[in-house]
Amino acid sequence: MLARNNPQLNRHEELIHLLSIEGLPQPVLHHILDTAGTFLSVNEREVKKVPLLRGKSVFNLFFENSTRTRTTFEIAAKRLSADVINLDIARSSTAKGESLLDTIANLSAMHADMFVVRHGESGAPYLIAQHCAPHVHVVNAGDGRHAHPTQGLLDMYTIRHYKRDFRNLVVAVVGDIVHSRVARSDIHALTTLGVPEIRAVGPKTLVPSDLKEMGVRVCHDMSEGIRGADVIIMLRLQNERMSGAMLPSAGEFFKTYGLTAEKLALAKPDAIVMHPGPINRGVEIDSAVADGTQSVILPQVTFGIAVRMAVMSIIAGNTP
Amino acid sequence: MTTNTQRAGQRLLITGGRVVDPASAHDAPGDVAIADGRVVAIGARPADFAPDRTLDARGLVVLPGLVDLAARLREPGHEHERMLESEMAAAVAGGVTSVICPPDTEPVLDEPGLVQMLKYRASGLHLARLYPLGALTRGLAGDTLTEMAELTEAGCVGFSQADVALKDTLVLHRALQYAATFGCTVWLRPSDAYLGGGVAAKGALATRMGLSGVPVLAETIALATIFELVRDTGARVHLCRLSSAAGIEMVRRARAEGLPVTSDVSVNHLHLTDIDIGYFNASMRLTPPLRQQRDRDAIRAALADGTVDALVSDHTPVDKDAKNLPFAEAEPGATGLELLLSLTLHWAAAAGLPWIQALAAVTSAPARILSHGPGGDGGVVPGAGTLAVGGPADLCVFDPETRWTVNAAALRSQGKHTPFSGYELPGRVRYTLVGGSVAFDAGAA
Repeated sequence: MLARNNPQLNRHEELIHLLSIEGLPQPVLHHILDTAGTFLSVNEREVKKVPLLRGKSVFNLFFENSTRTRTTFEIAAKRLSADVINLDIARSSTAKGESLLDTIANLSAMHADMFVVRHGESGAPYLIAQHCAPHVHVVNAGDGRHAHPTQGLLDMYTIRHYKRDFRNLVVAVVGDIVHSRVARSDIHALTTLGVPEIRAVGPKTLVPSDLKEMGVRVCHDMSEGIRGADVIIMLRLQNERMSGAMLPSAGEFFKTYGLTAEKLALAKPDAIVMHPGPINRGVEIDSAVADGTQSVILPQVTFGIAVRMAVMSIIAGNTP
Repeated sequence: MTTNTQRAGQRLLITGGRVVDPASAHDAPGDVAIADGRVVAIGARPADFAPDRTLDARGLVVLPGLVDLAARLREPGHEHERMLESEMAAAVAGGVTSVICPPDTEPVLDEPGLVQMLKYRASGLHLARLYPLGALTRGLAGDTLTEMAELTEAGCVGFSQADVALKDTLVLHRALQYAATFGCTVWLRPSDAYLGGGVAAKGALATRMGLSGVPVLAETIALATIFELVRDTGARVHLCRLSSAAGIEMVRRARAEGLPVTSDVSVNHLHLTDIDIGYFNASMRLTPPLRQQRDRDAIRAALADGTVDALVSDHTPVDKDAKNLPFAEAEPGATGLELLLSLTLHWAAAAGLPWIQALAAVTSAPARILSHGPGGDGGVVPGAGTLAVGGPADLCVFDPETRWTVNAAALRSQGKHTPFSGYELPGRVRYTLVGGSVAFDAGAA
């Protein structure tokens, strides 16, 4: 039986939830990026607010801890004049044994308009989108290894800002790709936007050959992976994977796949270096590179707020 | 239900049906006369036969009752939900007259008393015949062997680890040696304890969806180990729920070598692939995980050519709260007893196989697997899965022309999750007879 239609689009192909970048048409992505551009100026004004979500309630549902992503969503919602309720569910209801769908039913009864969901299991936001009231919009703020679509979009905004055109770029994504929802969202966005060469770089334990089927070139050699690249996206290596059956040590990882000034010299002279944060200095990236002239890590954070404002305002304006 | 009031001595005549017996390749119109729970004539009825009741089977097929080698009834463990009653009713509604249940109940079927109680409770229902598999190790924990001789006497037809992989190869070796001592068959799902831990088949879909993948290696490494142990011990092993083309190829070679191994696949794996997971549809969360199209094609080919012996429902009722969870957290399993016949016919139509060949995979072939065992009959009623004069009147009478749409809510099983929800399938059961008594009558239900 064929999969049902993409649950994040209505019948006019308009975005009603943002669950994954996979399957979104290119014009939808460009529309989000264009809208984000208009919000950047709001963030620079003295009164950093627009009334687009006035009277709406945005619930941040974080089943997995995250300070940074939650804060940027909160700032974005507040700049759209929404009321924001933060629920750190990792420490409340589910710890008392309440099921995910009971939590959602209860919060829906509080007249939520939008759920921003982070969950440790791939696909959890789909389950929530299927079971919440029809007027409620769901934004995936990271689910398991599956997707982190707003991070993917802010990465695309950053690339477009510095490189203008996607259609002649070489983009290298480096590190723990198999466990990374950011990498998956970036890869889907880059292929949709027409990037001709995407490289996935890392050891075979973290960069399995199946990734080829997502349209990337798999490289197990760092020099080969970043040579001639226009954009280098370094991924965060999770603490629990720094030593074990995936990798022997953080030190060996830095030596073989860490980004240093010396390795960066293999990329194009005007290459930009990105990272979703928080960075592990001396594990995946050398401080000199993270703080260097080619690093755009802090602009990514700034753009992230505008992109999240764009996503929330667009989906709130579309009806199921 | 009429079964409780019917006496075993009742004489029943099924008239005008198409009588199909895969075991003897019999396929001809005729009557079937039943007395004292046994088939007394096929074809023309004896002149002096005066039936107490006649079932009109014109336009219907009269088939031996189905033998399902894998159906979870959740007893012991769910008595308060009357699960045994509902699932045994589901069995006969699906034309299944012999049910083999794995030992992964709560508690595990590792004590003769538990097995006797389960068999006693099932026989009191006058529905399908129930044949439990005993646990191979106490509590399925993989440390201590169970009392296989005692459990066989209590009614176990084989010994199994269900879906709990046995990590310790030394224990598995000894378990096979011990089982071989008493001529018991060991039922194993080939899955390496460490490699088999994911929730979807390793491959493009699992990678894309961010689901942990089970590599084909989990199956092939387990099979290689099992075959070596079978060569050494001579134990008879039934391999459950094969899922990969590579695994099936290994089974083909083992059969050619003459190893005493048999195997089954589930209806889910016969019809579906990992693509059917779609957007994290938890009804497709199954054990083993659904694999790719080349694997499904290999499963279909192997079942058609006899490399794989039997087709099973792998019936697993899962309640709503355990399924309405993110994909990886959802409990694996799907309801299946009421779909087994229709999914077999659906496969026959898709593969262009004669019915009689396809239906062998749910009647005579699984019955043959059960017949290997202690006492020469494996503890199973002789003649189950076949339709022959003198054999038990365990029959499935179905309408091959009626197509129906699967509506999970309307199933008798308490398991309301099936990957086939909304499918239009061929074949509806009209009557199911067990030991000459009508255990299911679609007209009366």
